[in-house]
Amino acid sequence: MNPGFTWNIITDVQWMWSLPSMVNAFRAGLAVALLAGVIGWFMVLRRQSFAGHSIAVTGFPGAAAAVYLGLSATLGYFGFCIGSALVIALLSRGSGTGVGERAHSSALIAVVQAFALALGAVFLDLYGGFLSSTSAFLFGNFLGITSEDVLTLTLVAVVVLLVMLLIGRRLLFASIDPAVAAARGVSVRTLNVVFLVLLGATVAEVSKFTGSLLVFALLVMPAATAQVLTARTGLSLLLTVVIGVLVTWFGLAWAYFGNQATGFTITSLAFACYVLAYAAKSARRHSFRPEVA
Amino acid sequence: MMIDDSDAPVITLHDAAVSLGGRRLWSGVDLTVHPGEFVAVLGPNGVGKSTMIKVLLGTLPVAAGSVSVLGHRPGAAGEQIGYLPQRRNFDASLRIRGEDVVRLGLDGDRWGVPLPFARRFSAARQAADARVREVIELVGASGYAHRPIGECSGGEQQRLLIAQALVRRPRLLLLDEPLDSLDLPNQAGIAALIHRICREADVAVVMVAHDVNPILSYLDRVVYIVGGGAASGPATEVITTETLTRLYGTPVEVLRAVDGRLVVVGGPEAPALHSDRHDHHGDRHEALR
Repeated sequence: MNPGFTWNIITDVQWMWSLPSMVNAFRAGLAVALLAGVIGWFMVLRRQSFAGHSIAVTGFPGAAAAVYLGLSATLGYFGFCIGSALVIALLSRGSGTGVGERAHSSALIAVVQAFALALGAVFLDLYGGFLSSTSAFLFGNFLGITSEDVLTLTLVAVVVLLVMLLIGRRLLFASIDPAVAAARGVSVRTLNVVFLVLLGATVAEVSKFTGSLLVFALLVMPAATAQVLTARTGLSLLLTVVIGVLVTWFGLAWAYFGNQATGFTITSLAFACYVLAYAAKSARRHSFRPEVA
Repeated sequence: MMIDDSDAPVITLHDAAVSLGGRRLWSGVDLTVHPGEFVAVLGPNGVGKSTMIKVLLGTLPVAAGSVSVLGHRPGAAGEQIGYLPQRRNFDASLRIRGEDVVRLGLDGDRWGVPLPFARRFSAARQAADARVREVIELVGASGYAHRPIGECSGGEQQRLLIAQALVRRPRLLLLDEPLDSLDLPNQAGIAALIHRICREADVAVVMVAHDVNPILSYLDRVVYIVGGGAASGPATEVITTETLTRLYGTPVEVLRAVDGRLVVVGGPEAPALHSDRHDHHGDRHEALR
């Protein structure tokens, strides 16, 4: 079925796209990269990566519980991810950006995460050894995507991105400068809750493809890379999405021809982008320093 | 032509008092601030100086007396107030340009997102860009406004934040310890800048300060708050041995150095005496933020 990589790129791509599952994977990859890019960019800016990670980890017991109860894994991912996002948002104090507030919320997030992992282990145990699924929950399965999966994913992406279009500028203000934003009538706390719920929905959707542990490859890495490269808000967001889409598509092709796990290929490419961007920035800074001094 | 209310007071406090958690922080404050006047709120750490700003913003009600800001009750004229909260510095890794932070002061409370390429065809967008450039020029930040704000020095960040507070042409500027954590040359520079804005743009300025000296020569009036009580008037009348001794209820001496700087001796600035007299004020103050 897989003829291997031949250096004839056009026939290679034609081969790859003759499989419906690969076409679905590329479609899903586009939506996932777009969604994860925009939400991830704000998550990195707001220093909420730890919250995002914990929400992702709660997806694992969610999926395990849903499968154990005979429901769809998607339902489990959504229920648990959005539920934990709400718990974190509502129990953390203030905007979660002050020093004391941050310490409080990071302890709270750690509690949620530890409990989630324990729950996941319990549900796996109850179900009685389905190791292949465990691996899919944790590391994802980009190649078994159906057309219905793509449809759900697109719907979630459209809803989340529409909400982001509506609240984008206020959320940026509240993220960078909560005290002044609050004085200008921006409801910083409500925005925090809304953003965490959007993050929960994003993480749930992205988890289905990348697994609970590798969500970060698409949530954090493209955004972190773009923020290293530029401080211009619009350009930074655009770069995040472009890097995310390229990393996902090339990762899928690599996984297909190299018979590797998609989680590994996508993460490696995203990591390589970050390292390159960081190295380029440090190199430039070092070469400029003598002129300044 | 002058508008009718252009000389009307920007702020009027009459016998105002504030309580927090059942405890009277300050009381008996009478204060009138006109356009273009520079007023400082002084006092030792932890007496609730920042609550004065909160009262003027309308986020904290007065327990007694009356307050009027720009002819309305506090909080009703938010559009015309520029506010600079007590600062933390921006995280060094925050990758957002200074000019974008200033820009958020102009339109950050609007829904939606800015359209890409709108500046080519939208006059409103061009006017907004021009206003941001103008206010950055005014505070002398043009040289570094394009850099990520986390990479700017404390003084540079403070100038950008003042630009952010000014960008909507407010009639009143509320500044909470803007000179805190700056070195002496930067303190002098920012103080002179605030004074210039105050006079040239006819903006009334109320500034909370721990040390009066960097701004002493610019001040029109001060409010001096000490645990429970307060006094207001011209600096030369309030920061005196007699007034402060009465306020603190313990002998305090105000000395004038040869360069005109004021030194308060005998207690208020000495941390040990201060904490002995006002238990838990620090804790209370934390709770306010």
